[in-house]
Amino acid sequence: MTSPTPAILPERGLADRLTALFWRHPRLLLAVLLTPPLLWLGVVYLGSLFALLLQSFYSIDEFSGMVNREFTLKTYAELFRAQNLDIIIRTLVMSAAVTIGCAIIAFPIAYYAARFARGKWKAIFYLGVMLPLWSSYLVKVYAWKLILAKEGIITWAADGVGLSMILNAILAIPGIGGNSLSTSPLGTFIVFVYVWLPYMILPMQAALERVPTSMLEASADLGASRAQTFRTVILPLAMPGVIAGSIFTFSLTMGDYIIPQIVGTSARFIGLAVYQLQGTAGNIPLAAAFAVVPIVIMLIYLTIAKRKGAFDAL
Amino acid sequence: MHSDRASLGLKIAAVGGLLFLHLPILLIFLYAFTTEDKSYQFPPPGLTTQWFGVAWEREDIWPPLYLSLWVATIATVLAMILGTLVSAAMARTSFFGREQISLLIILPIALPGVITGMSLRSAFSIMDIPFSTWTIILGHATFCIVIVYNNAVARFRRLSGGILEASADLGANSFQTFRYVLLPNLGTALLAGGMLAFALSFDEVIVTTFTAGQQSTLPIWMLQELVRPRQRPVTNVVAIVVFTATFVPILIAYYLTRGGSETAGAGK
Repeated sequence: MTSPTPAILPERGLADRLTALFWRHPRLLLAVLLTPPLLWLGVVYLGSLFALLLQSFYSIDEFSGMVNREFTLKTYAELFRAQNLDIIIRTLVMSAAVTIGCAIIAFPIAYYAARFARGKWKAIFYLGVMLPLWSSYLVKVYAWKLILAKEGIITWAADGVGLSMILNAILAIPGIGGNSLSTSPLGTFIVFVYVWLPYMILPMQAALERVPTSMLEASADLGASRAQTFRTVILPLAMPGVIAGSIFTFSLTMGDYIIPQIVGTSARFIGLAVYQLQGTAGNIPLAAAFAVVPIVIMLIYLTIAKRKGAFDAL
Repeated sequence: MHSDRASLGLKIAAVGGLLFLHLPILLIFLYAFTTEDKSYQFPPPGLTTQWFGVAWEREDIWPPLYLSLWVATIATVLAMILGTLVSAAMARTSFFGREQISLLIILPIALPGVITGMSLRSAFSIMDIPFSTWTIILGHATFCIVIVYNNAVARFRRLSGGILEASADLGANSFQTFRYVLLPNLGTALLAGGMLAFALSFDEVIVTTFTAGQQSTLPIWMLQELVRPRQRPVTNVVAIVVFTATFVPILIAYYLTRGGSETAGAGK
């Protein structure tokens, strides 16, 4: 007579012993899983952010050009010089304008994709937004340099249909116009809107997809016209999505320094100021202080957005 | 009666918006064939395929291309390891500090690139770390983790905990369960995450300008050409290469995860 197989199998080496250990102490497994990524993010990323803060409290010695590693608020005070304040305000105005521009163009796309697109069209709309979102940033900016150039396709098209008068009139407007579209603030604005548009569409679409059809029917049953339903039902329910999208468009515009460098006037934005100060000027403390500005603005923005319930749509 | 058909205006605005997103890219392809290399004249005065040959012969393009491929590969591998680990931890257990960790993972991509770049630059400056290929990789891997994480954690959530218990009941240890149960189920999600991370790293320019020092990745080479153009159509040829190197992985990632609740690429 053979003895029955025991219910608990004998251990087969280290792997089994570790398995048993993890089973008895699930926290241990958690610690093993979390330690490498947390070490990386904690040391490399948080460490760097801390270094950024630290640098912003240093100052630069005006005579030697060396970084003076003593705590001071002098560098932050420099941000309030007229020329630096100009940069910050210009960046904020551009970010706000880009956010509004994105919201207006994104809405019909998101609304159609969420409410009406079915089957094949749903996939087309999904890929149609996702591919531009992920495809090369620099290639997109370059494409617009080609389009907006003085000898480029827009001037050609405007000439072709006899609208060059209007184009020239727009370019003559002080503040947004310039020599050509590719050297005007308007051009910078167009490229920003183009590049960040997908970031607005996706959260908007997610919010609109959650609007129940029954609510629209109820609104119609109660006698609301299409416009009334849109204004009083759809728009308020889409708002968290719009705010979530605006977080991206606002923050990305505020930190970008490639687009204003390639398309636009030579007027500086925060990102460009950071880049030039740490590079050619060698003033790392002031560059760091400039980089703290978008962080502070985004923290304020996020606090407001959180109160409006924008994070449920992310 | 509330009709459930889209109005013509909405259709035009929606399709027009999609075209607005896609048509500009086509011009990159057209301008790679133009005979005019001093300006961006439209329509091109003539068409030629000579620029592809010229680009092939240009020796300043190859080192940045190799560097970009190398950086993207290493950064992707690092991000896949770290991203998978953290998604496994975050998927089903709840523990103290979970919310903070999820914020920490998202932060490198939520904050503008200029901040990530400037932070790394500040740290390198304080610690006197010289710029090298590894400083580039350090930055890239940091913001690629979230991409892998997003893909893997969604798949983990969909995965029923039952199959892991079944595997244990049948006598498999944790490592066998990982190898024979978890990995086959996670496979496509991880691959999709890796593809997207590769595309993101290959194309990254903002953080890289702060961490590269004197070295050039392909996007940095392109940026220099954009600021000071030389043979403009050659830049277009390189732009096509960069576009393809990001476009193809994205499409693969989409087809790998299509139809699930966690289609890749819904967030960047």
